[in-house]
Amino acid sequence: MAQLFVEASKIARARELAQSAAREVQAFIDRHTTVSIERTVLRLLGISGTGTRGAPLANLMVDRLREAKVLHRGAAYWLGRALRASPGKDPLHAIERVAAHPEKAPPLTAAEEVQLREEMRAESRSAIRELQSRIEQREELKRSLRVGSFEGAPWKYVIVATGNIHDDVEQARAAAQQGADVIAVIRSTAQSLLDYVPDGATTEGYGGTYATQENFRIMREALDAESRKLSRYLHLTNYSSGLCMPEIAFMAAYERLDMLLNDAMYGILFRDINMKRTFCDQYFSRRICGSAKIIINTGEDNYITTADADEAAHTVIASQLINETFAHLAGMKDEWIGFGHSFEIDPAREDTLLRELAMAMMVRELFPRSPIKYMPPTKHKEGDIFFSHAYDVMADLVAVTTRQGIQLLGMMTEAMHNPFLMDRYVALKSAGYVYRAARHLGEEISFRPDGIVARRQQEVFDKALHLLEEVARDGMMAAIGKARFGDTARTPEGGKGLEGVIERGADYFNPFLEILEGKA
Amino acid sequence: MKQPIRPYGDRKDDGVIQLSFVLPVPASEKAKEAAATVAKKLGLSHVLVACMEKAGEDYSFCVVYGRTHMQLDYAAIEVPTVVHRKHGFDELNEVIQRDVGRRIVVVGACIGTDSHTTGIDAIMNMKGFAGDYGLERYPLFRAINLGSQVEPAALVARAKAENADAVLVSKVVTQRDVHKEDARALLDIARAEGIFEKTLFLFGGPRVDHKTALELGFDAGFGPGTKPSDVANYIYYRLLERAGKAPPPQQTAHGTQDATVAGTGEKLGDTL
Ligand code: B12
Repeated sequence: MAQLFVEASKIARARELAQSAAREVQAFIDRHTTVSIERTVLRLLGISGTGTRGAPLANLMVDRLREAKVLHRGAAYWLGRALRASPGKDPLHAIERVAAHPEKAPPLTAAEEVQLREEMRAESRSAIRELQSRIEQREELKRSLRVGSFEGAPWKYVIVATGNIHDDVEQARAAAQQGADVIAVIRSTAQSLLDYVPDGATTEGYGGTYATQENFRIMREALDAESRKLSRYLHLTNYSSGLCMPEIAFMAAYERLDMLLNDAMYGILFRDINMKRTFCDQYFSRRICGSAKIIINTGEDNYITTADADEAAHTVIASQLINETFAHLAGMKDEWIGFGHSFEIDPAREDTLLRELAMAMMVRELFPRSPIKYMPPTKHKEGDIFFSHAYDVMADLVAVTTRQGIQLLGMMTEAMHNPFLMDRYVALKSAGYVYRAARHLGEEISFRPDGIVARRQQEVFDKALHLLEEVARDGMMAAIGKARFGDTARTPEGGKGLEGVIERGADYFNPFLEILEGKA
Repeated sequence: MKQPIRPYGDRKDDGVIQLSFVLPVPASEKAKEAAATVAKKLGLSHVLVACMEKAGEDYSFCVVYGRTHMQLDYAAIEVPTVVHRKHGFDELNEVIQRDVGRRIVVVGACIGTDSHTTGIDAIMNMKGFAGDYGLERYPLFRAINLGSQVEPAALVARAKAENADAVLVSKVVTQRDVHKEDARALLDIARAEGIFEKTLFLFGGPRVDHKTALELGFDAGFGPGTKPSDVANYIYYRLLERAGKAPPPQQTAHGTQDATVAGTGEKLGDTL
């Protein structure tokens, strides 16, 4: 049904403005690299595992190069140089040797320089081929099974977050058996602030379970088995956010995850990560997601947990248009961009259902080819779980009537704890009921062109347009500085991780970027 | 006077309660009996398993009713609360000017790895909460909000540097009692830095109450629904009290100290 009451010319204008704002940032991105991008390059080249005291080898190597002030040439270049200088040595020692006295490394002739790059490119191509073949396995499994538990309704998305990957597996299986389509493993509190990705299977976490490559593998393996058993494909998602966005994207692609939370601004606003760092990192991570056919989920729903959902609805739209541009600039196709938004208006007010419908339809129609990710109420959830359950059911109704693509099911215990097994069960059961009951509701109803819904859409879009005018005029970084998104102000030099942003040298070499950007 | 009570279902003293839980066994008649056994072992009678259904192959979801026979004396329940008179916005500024004679300095943060800022922002920022202005808005408060993910040591250092009257600590993530751990660490650092005695320490968050805060060593705790004006008034009265300009805190039945202060405000007996 989703109806859109906004003039096409305004939408076109808004897109233009979002593009001009994002392009300015992109120019910055194209001149820089980060420690996490370079670690991803090394991981793509097969550097895995940990060194002394559990530090990942990729970190140890990139840290050496950064300390030696030579990272602006790219880690791939130095790995090539190091292996050439110390053939047969293990990569960490080889890198340590060149990094100790980079100026003393025997100079290469022009021909050798070319040859080194060609060798690294060849290795990168084969790494990408391996990655692609793993993605193809995932796609093949998907083709052999049914996808989506309920035709015409959103995929039911639920969270597991016990802190222990083995318990997570148990709970994910139980949820799948009761109709979940997507399993999200929420990360441990503050993992986003770690400038490395922990290694191995983990059984301890606060408010979530560490995102590690091994945990990804364990969960995907369990879901593969469960998918076959249920003859229905189960999607797996995690978080590509924080200081290790691109590394997580690589690990997720390699372990055949289907989706990733990945937002161009979330880390800046909600984890106080430096904006330059995040902008660069989101770009490379999205290059990987695009090539691995990973659906990203943007994080606009979060804005309306810190700002008022009704007053700040336009910031969601403006940000989605910006996120869209960033994703396009990173080569992503619409079908892999899951735009996030949510059912968060204060339930103490009147006509919130109409206002939520207005918003849900507008987002649906602004991005017709994209899977829209719909989030449930969270901020106004309180301890009365019975009321909370009724409140969630309203969100289910809006989601199915407006044909959202992926719906995170609300949990009646949202105000207390990470979902228990029974919370998930109750949510899945009632979502199933609402999807059945409202099966064709959306096709039957339409809204008056002069009514509350239409006016609400126009009002929100006009404000979004106004905000985009400002952002395009003043620049993204300045707009964030003025707390235009999520009521949270950040400065270009503030936040965590700025020291990990490095200006690329004229001779910067990143063979994966060349391939992913279609330049090699 | 004793005041015996029991949970109320449909009639006074019937003791009816409802439970819901998951058993790690497949749904079956046997699981249903197990659910009833859970209730019986909890001491319930008239047990009714209203629902026992599959919540996954190896799990059953149960809703159970039963009656409890325990009885408690409501009169014997003690909850420490902060009681004082509450001044309106302008009036509070005036009395602070009159009685303290300078701006009250407060430093706040959401500590540890916690990035939930809405709670501390609701109390400290201009905008406030539920139509009630935040501390920043009070001319007679100097409110320094350090935001989220602040190390306890950094908060203490800033409080020391600013010679703060009060330190406002927020914790939202409580899994495995991480909020208590961080809160204790903060007070330990404050003791080591020598500001514990002379500074007020306020602890807040959705899982915080006054009693817990007192047990942890804070001066007061503030839970869900706290308004900035509650906090502003509390700080003012405690400062008065410390300056000897107000009656001392009174001892309650179980030994904790409550600040019971008679001021000149318009509302009586507001409970935080
Ligand atoms: C909004 C929100 C977020 C936002 C926060 C944005 C922001 N900048 O604050 C985002 C999306 C970033 C977020 C992230 C996470 N969240 Co969160 N979040 C919530 C949510 C939905 C609402 C919290 C809120 O804003 N409440 C409104 C404020 C105004 O209320 P309040 O905090 O209680 O504050 C009032 C009082 O308590 C008091 N007060 C509070 N502090 C202080 C301090 C002082 C000194 C005083 C006097 C008073 C006071 O005054 C305030 C006004 O009355 C809750 C669920 C819920 N409905 O409660 C989950 C919730 C708190 N989050 C949770 C979790 C687990 C997380 C994550 C760890 C998830 C993850 N694994 O990534 C991350 C946190 C990462 C991190 N490093 O901390 C859990 C916590 C579980 C637990 N008990 O431990 C909850 C309960 C959700 C759940 N069911 O799982 N979250």
